[in-house]
Amino acid sequence: MNMDQVILGCVAALVAICFMCLYRAWRGPTVADRMVAIDILGILVVGFCPLWAVYTERGFLMDIALAWLLLSFIGTVTLAKYLGGQQLDE
Amino acid sequence: MNEYIGIVFILIGVLFDLFGCIGLVRLPDVYNRLQAATKCVTLGTCGIMFGIFLMQGFNEIGVKALVSVPLIFITSPTAAHALARGAHIAGVRLWKKSVCDKYEDDKKHMGKEKPAP
Repeated sequence: MNMDQVILGCVAALVAICFMCLYRAWRGPTVADRMVAIDILGILVVGFCPLWAVYTERGFLMDIALAWLLLSFIGTVTLAKYLGGQQLDE
Repeated sequence: MNEYIGIVFILIGVLFDLFGCIGLVRLPDVYNRLQAATKCVTLGTCGIMFGIFLMQGFNEIGVKALVSVPLIFITSPTAAHALARGAHIAGVRLWKKSVCDKYEDDKKHMGKEKPAP
């Protein structure tokens, strides 16, 4: 079996897993459920980028993965502080 | 040979991602979903990154994948901890069959301790 086919299968599986996360973000009963789902979706996209970078041999997708990782972290921590009713410098 | 070890790491990582998201869909509570999804997806994504590094070696893609492994290991549990704390302060209820809530006891204890000095 070719190596590219295995990587393409992993990419398809990750896209299906991302749709499971979007289902939880759609049906989440509370705000915290939706925030958890979007946080996990960010980490899944970070895992999706290097696979697609290897499949298409484009190196700039790794920069997108690193930037997405840090921005997802900052956004989640900010929204969690806001959910807890705190100011951002506490 | 490194390519086959890397593809094994990638398959294990995708499997961990799948289990984490099954937990995210099926578990009954915010905190249960948070612990299932965060732990499994963190380890799974680190597995994918390490497999990509083993496949590619020290080139443009592989080094960036290796750099992002400790970043994920630091940032993802921190974000999950902040989310759980914020959800508990905002008043999201636990599942009705949960048996233990230590943070509620801590908050009551802190409320009693605060006016003493």
